[in-house]
Amino acid sequence: MPAASDALVRARSLTKRFNAFTAVDGIDFEVPAGGSFGFLGPNGAGKTSTMRMIACASPVTSGELRVIGMDPRTDAREIKARLGVVPQIDNLDQELTVRENLEMYARYFDIPAAVARQRASELLEFVQLAERAKDQVEPLSGGMKRRLTIARALINEPELVILDEPTTGLDPQARHLLWERLYQLKRRGATLIITTHYMDEAEQLCDRLVVMDKARIVAEGSPRQLIDQYSTREVLELRLPDADRGRRNGQLDGLADRIEELPDRTLLYTDDGERALDAVHARQIPVESALVRRSSLEDVFLRLTGRTLVE
Amino acid sequence: MVYRHQWIVIASGVVEPVLYLFGIGLGIGGLVGGVQLADGRFVSYAAYVGPALLASAAMNGAVFETIFNVFFKLNYAKTYEGILATPMGITEIALGEMLWALMRAALYAVAMLVIMAAMGLILSPLAILALPAALFISAAFSAAGLAGTSYLRTVQDFDIPMGLIVQPMFLFSGTFFPITAYPLPIQVFMHLTPLYHAVNLIRGLMTGILGWGQAWDFAYLAAFFVVFMWLATRQMERKLIK
Ligand SMILES: Nc1ncnc2c1ncn2[C@@H]1O[C@H](COP(=O)(O)OP(=O)(O)OP(=O)(O)O)[C@@H](O)[C@H]1O
Ligand SMILES: [Mg+2]
Repeated sequence: MPAASDALVRARSLTKRFNAFTAVDGIDFEVPAGGSFGFLGPNGAGKTSTMRMIACASPVTSGELRVIGMDPRTDAREIKARLGVVPQIDNLDQELTVRENLEMYARYFDIPAAVARQRASELLEFVQLAERAKDQVEPLSGGMKRRLTIARALINEPELVILDEPTTGLDPQARHLLWERLYQLKRRGATLIITTHYMDEAEQLCDRLVVMDKARIVAEGSPRQLIDQYSTREVLELRLPDADRGRRNGQLDGLADRIEELPDRTLLYTDDGERALDAVHARQIPVESALVRRSSLEDVFLRLTGRTLVE
Repeated sequence: MVYRHQWIVIASGVVEPVLYLFGIGLGIGGLVGGVQLADGRFVSYAAYVGPALLASAAMNGAVFETIFNVFFKLNYAKTYEGILATPMGITEIALGEMLWALMRAALYAVAMLVIMAAMGLILSPLAILALPAALFISAAFSAAGLAGTSYLRTVQDFDIPMGLIVQPMFLFSGTFFPITAYPLPIQVFMHLTPLYHAVNLIRGLMTGILGWGQAWDFAYLAAFFVVFMWLATRQMERKLIK
């Protein structure tokens, strides 16, 4: 356990450059021990680059980084022994079976064979791949490979697990299974760092999160705090007839705190969506469809980056 | 690091030197009679060429194992990235791959030694040392293979090390004839090739000549190993760590 503070990962002015290109531009954050910490951001924001530095897979260009109280520059081996890593792109050994992938990985951690066998069985149960144990990895579905990668990351019973887009490419059922498993993991005391493009995932899983955009951190807090801070309580989503596009300048003025025009819909940010909708009707603005919903991280994201999260 | 291997490939590595031994060793042996060794003794051609085939088999096994196998893993499979997420480092990966080459070399060496013993071609009890020597040679060539493969870009590039380096060395390292049969400039060149030293070392052990020549071969191969191991880990690091 870290001595000085109870932060499991601490970054100060953390920077990653690839030649002249800056992928991570002097970010600061602290991941508290226990709970799960999210990195949210669009493609190319620098999430993976940050994960890879924490996992000691990529050298820090400048700034300070401490992982479990140690310095990746000098203590990579010791850090990696206590880390579990689920990379964005699966790197399972295609020449081995499902079970062998776990047992082989255990060897790299110097785990005795008997213990490895035992853990492999438990983990295969855990990710519901027990009946595929003897199969080759290659023909597994994308979601199964993902689950195996997650099982593999847990073989050394890590205290910190880094998951780079763990659920990308999974069907909804597999995603929910995984969320439930990650939740269990958290309850057993592991700290999770998760990157994702899915705001529902971030809301479900993350106790705290940072929003990254263009190599920087643009906001930090719990999902609730971020929504309170950067959005209104409710959102009125309108679909307006195409013919009216560009002609409704000013039509909606004054109906909401903030109006966001997306290619396919118009978002009105207000604390009372129903009232705003009544006002829209009162102005006799033609509407194809309307929906009132609560604000989500998606809205926070739109506000902060001017972009939608899921491409 | 246990990977499934193509046993056919490995078996062919055993069969090949044996075929050479029968085909060339006995065939040419019938023509030339005997060969004079450095210490003046005459030995049968098969006893002369056998140790060289063993050394070449150790080289071939090492080079194939490292170049083909590692190229794919380095460039297409992300296997090494996975391993690097564990406490293992680049050096362990390189040594792990080398271990395969060593196992292959051990198999070839044992097979050759048994067959040559059965044919009465082993002239010295020192021949038992040919086994560790073959492992040592294999380590040296695996290091070179590892370094080489990290420079290759496409599968077509494989022709370069195979056609321009490995194959010519096999022909021009005193494998089939005493190097004194060649003109001086070629002799000098042969002295520079690692296979010449590997052949000389194994031949010395199997015919019972152990002198400064073999010490020098050993030193050459040790230096060769160190240099290429350094190059291999440096190159792999550049490829894998970004
Ligand atoms: N090895 C590399 N060499 C050069 N540039 C790189 C390298 N890795 C990443 N980058 C660049 O750094 C930037 C950030 O990439 P990164 O993978 O960290 O983004 P990300 O937030 O994970 O994106 P995504 O959501 O698409 O996974 C990108 O512009 C990318 O092109
Ligand atoms: Mg990424």
